[in-house]
Amino acid sequence: MTLFRNKLALFGTVLIGFLVVIALLAPLLAPYDPSEIDLSSRLTGPSREHLLGTDQLGRDVFSRMLYGARISLSVGFVAVGISVLIGIFLGSIAGYFGGRLDTLIMRFVDVMLCFPTLFLILAIIAILGPNIFNVMVVIGITSWMGVARFIRAEILSLKEQEFILAARAIGASPFRIIVRHLIPNGITPVLVSATLGIAGAILTESVLSFLGIGVQPPRVSWGSILIEGKSVLDVAWWLMLFPGLAILVTVLAYNLLGEGLRDLLDPRLRDQI
Amino acid sequence: MKRYLLKQLLARIPLLIGITLISFMVIHLAPGKPTQLQTEMNPKVSYEAIQRLEKLYGLDQPLYVQYWRWLSRLVRFDFGISFQDNRLVLDKIVERIPITLFLSFLSLIIVFLVALPIGVISAVRHNSLLDKTLTVLVFIGFAAPGFWVALLLMQLFSVKLGWLPVSGIRSFGTEHFSLMEQVVDVGKHVVLPVFVATSGSLAGISRYMRGSMLNVIRQDYIRTARAKGLPEGLVIYKHALRNALLPIVTILGLSLPGLLGGAVISETIFGIPGLGRLFFEGVMARDYPLVMGGLVMGAVLTLLGNLLADVAYGLVDPRIRILGEERPAG
Amino acid sequence: MQHPPLPNSAPFFFLKPLQILFFSLFFLSGCGGADLPEEKQFSADPIPVTGDRFITGSIAEPKNLIPILASDGASATIVGQVFNGLVKYDANIELTGDLAERWEVSEDGLEITFHLRKNVRWHDGYPFTSEDVLFTYQKLIDPKVPTPYSGDFERVKDVEIVDSHTVKVTYKEPFSPGLASWGMAVMPKHLLENEDLTNTPFSRNPIGTGPYRFKEWKTAQYVELEVNPDYFEGRPYIDGYLDRVIPDQSTLFLELRVEGVDSLNLTPLQYQRQTGSPFFKETYQRFRYPSFSYAYIGYNLADPRFKDLRVRKALTMGLNRQAIIDGILFGLGRESTGPFVPTSWAYNPKVSPLPYDPDEAKRLLAEAGWEDHDGDGWLDKEGERFEFTLITNQGNEQRKMIAELAQRQWEKLGIRVKIWIIEWTAFISQFIDQKKFEAFILGWGLGRDPDLYDIWHSSKTRAGEFNFIQYHNEAVDQLIEEGRRTFDQEKRKAIYHRLHWMIYEDQPCTFLYVPDALPIFHARFKGIELAPLGVGHNFIKWYVPKHQQKYLTQ
Repeated sequence: MTLFRNKLALFGTVLIGFLVVIALLAPLLAPYDPSEIDLSSRLTGPSREHLLGTDQLGRDVFSRMLYGARISLSVGFVAVGISVLIGIFLGSIAGYFGGRLDTLIMRFVDVMLCFPTLFLILAIIAILGPNIFNVMVVIGITSWMGVARFIRAEILSLKEQEFILAARAIGASPFRIIVRHLIPNGITPVLVSATLGIAGAILTESVLSFLGIGVQPPRVSWGSILIEGKSVLDVAWWLMLFPGLAILVTVLAYNLLGEGLRDLLDPRLRDQI
Repeated sequence: MKRYLLKQLLARIPLLIGITLISFMVIHLAPGKPTQLQTEMNPKVSYEAIQRLEKLYGLDQPLYVQYWRWLSRLVRFDFGISFQDNRLVLDKIVERIPITLFLSFLSLIIVFLVALPIGVISAVRHNSLLDKTLTVLVFIGFAAPGFWVALLLMQLFSVKLGWLPVSGIRSFGTEHFSLMEQVVDVGKHVVLPVFVATSGSLAGISRYMRGSMLNVIRQDYIRTARAKGLPEGLVIYKHALRNALLPIVTILGLSLPGLLGGAVISETIFGIPGLGRLFFEGVMARDYPLVMGGLVMGAVLTLLGNLLADVAYGLVDPRIRILGEERPAG
Repeated sequence: MQHPPLPNSAPFFFLKPLQILFFSLFFLSGCGGADLPEEKQFSADPIPVTGDRFITGSIAEPKNLIPILASDGASATIVGQVFNGLVKYDANIELTGDLAERWEVSEDGLEITFHLRKNVRWHDGYPFTSEDVLFTYQKLIDPKVPTPYSGDFERVKDVEIVDSHTVKVTYKEPFSPGLASWGMAVMPKHLLENEDLTNTPFSRNPIGTGPYRFKEWKTAQYVELEVNPDYFEGRPYIDGYLDRVIPDQSTLFLELRVEGVDSLNLTPLQYQRQTGSPFFKETYQRFRYPSFSYAYIGYNLADPRFKDLRVRKALTMGLNRQAIIDGILFGLGRESTGPFVPTSWAYNPKVSPLPYDPDEAKRLLAEAGWEDHDGDGWLDKEGERFEFTLITNQGNEQRKMIAELAQRQWEKLGIRVKIWIIEWTAFISQFIDQKKFEAFILGWGLGRDPDLYDIWHSSKTRAGEFNFIQYHNEAVDQLIEEGRRTFDQEKRKAIYHRLHWMIYEDQPCTFLYVPDALPIFHARFKGIELAPLGVGHNFIKWYVPKHQQKYLTQ
């Protein structure tokens, strides 16, 4: 467990673990129904009844934050899961088979990299309609290119190595070689980029909320709570402060974990840790 | 070298066409028509009037016809006319370039000025308390949502303290001010937008620099230099730094398209007339010619940036040879 | 029922182009109120003086300053300051002459003769004549000009120049809303006759006859106007008019806080919670009066579930509309009872809103066959659960909150509601125009003329037309047509009172509320007058006392 000798990475891991537990236990921990409207107590500050205050419809911000954690965290996992799958699939095909297929796929990667991500996201959301699953999918399909490049490069350098040649010699299918031998050996940089990708996806979700194409009520994400607080910042600071901090801390945790992983997995740096 | 460049440029043209084709399809697939926003659900707008608008814009034609028309105009550098206000797309883009470039260059310079030293220090003092503190700081900058920081800072510095203006790029009634006063006025307007842009990008560059520097420090020639008994400062700053900066050149090339990309969020909050906002509103209004114009510009810059990065890398790193034909001098 | 931009009478306070639906060009008041700054308003400086500049802000940038092409709120506002129509509404919402001195309507209602003001000059010094009126009309009906305002003018048979300052308009059939349509701003023939209106520098450099002349347009920053010293109604006191483009709602409000803009249309929340501090009370003056608009929840009347009047009634009665007004509008509005607002002469005060009565709503639903047969907590009928999607456009906080409240309250009736908030262009073209919706929240900004043809007549249901809820009632259709043919005010009033009642009885949608208009102005502006039309009508009479002037001009 060398990773945990890196204190920052340890801190990140513990924090993420804590947030995941909170998100899972949200229904048990939340003092109120997160969509229960109480117009008589709208925009009240943090108090004993409402730990983090209430929003414009008098809903309990603390409860909404707990439920929001579920959405915000899953956006990260799902979006990155999608991008890693696409990236591994295309990257390994390109790297293993090479030739025309490789050229074609890598050209496609170039094309994708030329698009401003925001444009793609806006256009695709407009086609699919705004809801949280589409947001996850869209972030996923606009961010797989890095993974594809990593995997391809790794496979290119691995595929002429003896154990692969040996596997091929005993008649293993390309699928088997890719899945059993190449991907497991090339996965390390992907792990790092995926961890950082989760952080990026959480931030992207908040930007999409800012642009008004994030989650749909009654679902809440930290991003959507934050945006609702934007117009009332001078009278209800708690609406913006807490979700903003939550995003900051979570993204930070993922980044520290990612950096720790990078140091751990980078063979050139390994002896230094 | 010239032949190489030309060849590379030509090779990228099909790519460019591919990009425009995909963009054209994506934006036309998105539901909604440009006539919608223009007529804004105004009951006085008759059914016939909308049909007429669509015909005028050629929207009644099949998609491939529209694309062909667009492409054949593009060859003559005619980007068409914006659906939103009937102005030339090129004019709309060009008038926003100066302010966008100004802000992004300023941010880029500051990012490099701050991030490179951070990266070097982090590498030299690898795993020290200082390294860790700097790491956490730059990551906080990255992790805080930009618009959140922007609004909080605006609330503090512009509203509560009254030190900075809220939005725009200059005050009204400053036309007769002295040059110095005008510079200060503009400066005050751009402090927050530049800060927000900078704080988010520090992490990337400084981490990259750190990694690059760590890489170099472990190389044999640095060990040799140390072994020769050269002073540590000289080793680090003369030998190691120079080589560690090489990959950073690539990053510079890759930030080229970003320079003109603008930042929708920051421009929206601070009321800055930049390109990011223009294209965002274009997408929202289904202003096809404007969006396509922006995408072509972005794609060309990205391709050029990639090319430049390749070439620059080849120029500064003698180990990389271009096509094996020529070895660039230096 | 949005009218073309009527010069001068148009106040300049827009929130967003989208909210043109909520806040129409013309604000109206019956009973209104003003929060004047503590410093007494009328004592100092009894004699108005010239000088200073008025700075307002809008979220969207104007798109096109050619009057007949200006369809967005921001453009219409500027056009209103630079141009004039033949007629306009005065402070008491009576039609009065603008560029026309007077007019006559023939006995049969088919002919209107306008007598134009003499000695009116365009901002470039060229005299204004009948030619300009004819030219504007020709452009309005020119198929090559993409104007959204051709509708009313397609009923015109002929426009004829009698002499240099007399114009005669002949209609194909009697058309009572016709006169008001001549509030359309008149364009200068001498500058535009050889121009292609879709591609002319005039669209960013307009020349009109209005109280302010165009000075400069800095894209995405501001549009600046300067006073027209030769204005035919007298020189306005305020020297400059500046419309800043500030694309973010919250930033716009912060600009107000630091006095970067002089006026804003407040949201109910800003009015009630954010502008009550001593600073605001000293620095600003707030106004409040009912707007000429209403918000509603529309149902797809082609959907068998919503075809049933009992279901629509139940949905209305199961929704606490007063709670929406109290909770979301902070009390700054009143319940809507139909297609007219209380301050219109067409409004029938005898129509009273359906009470909030969830039990009665449940009874009505049961009567219509909707009961919880399978015991899962949701109503069902013939094995199908009562479940629908409520959509609204993105960017409107109030509508989003209404949706969340409605979702909650209808859930208690046993109806499952999903919410979809969709970006404007997709919302209109994909859902509203295609009639691919079950229920939606929108609002209408109303014109001054009560004609209901475009929104409620059963012939107006094609894609892009406005009876998208597909309301169909023969008797209503006939009355609407009769209202358009009738010129006698008392007869028209009777027709519209009856229409108001009939439409509310049908409950084609859930009428929610008529919001208040809540403009705020910097306290240094004096002479602001709240009238039935609103506050912008006498803008040329506003002034700033010398010692309070803030901006140096000229």
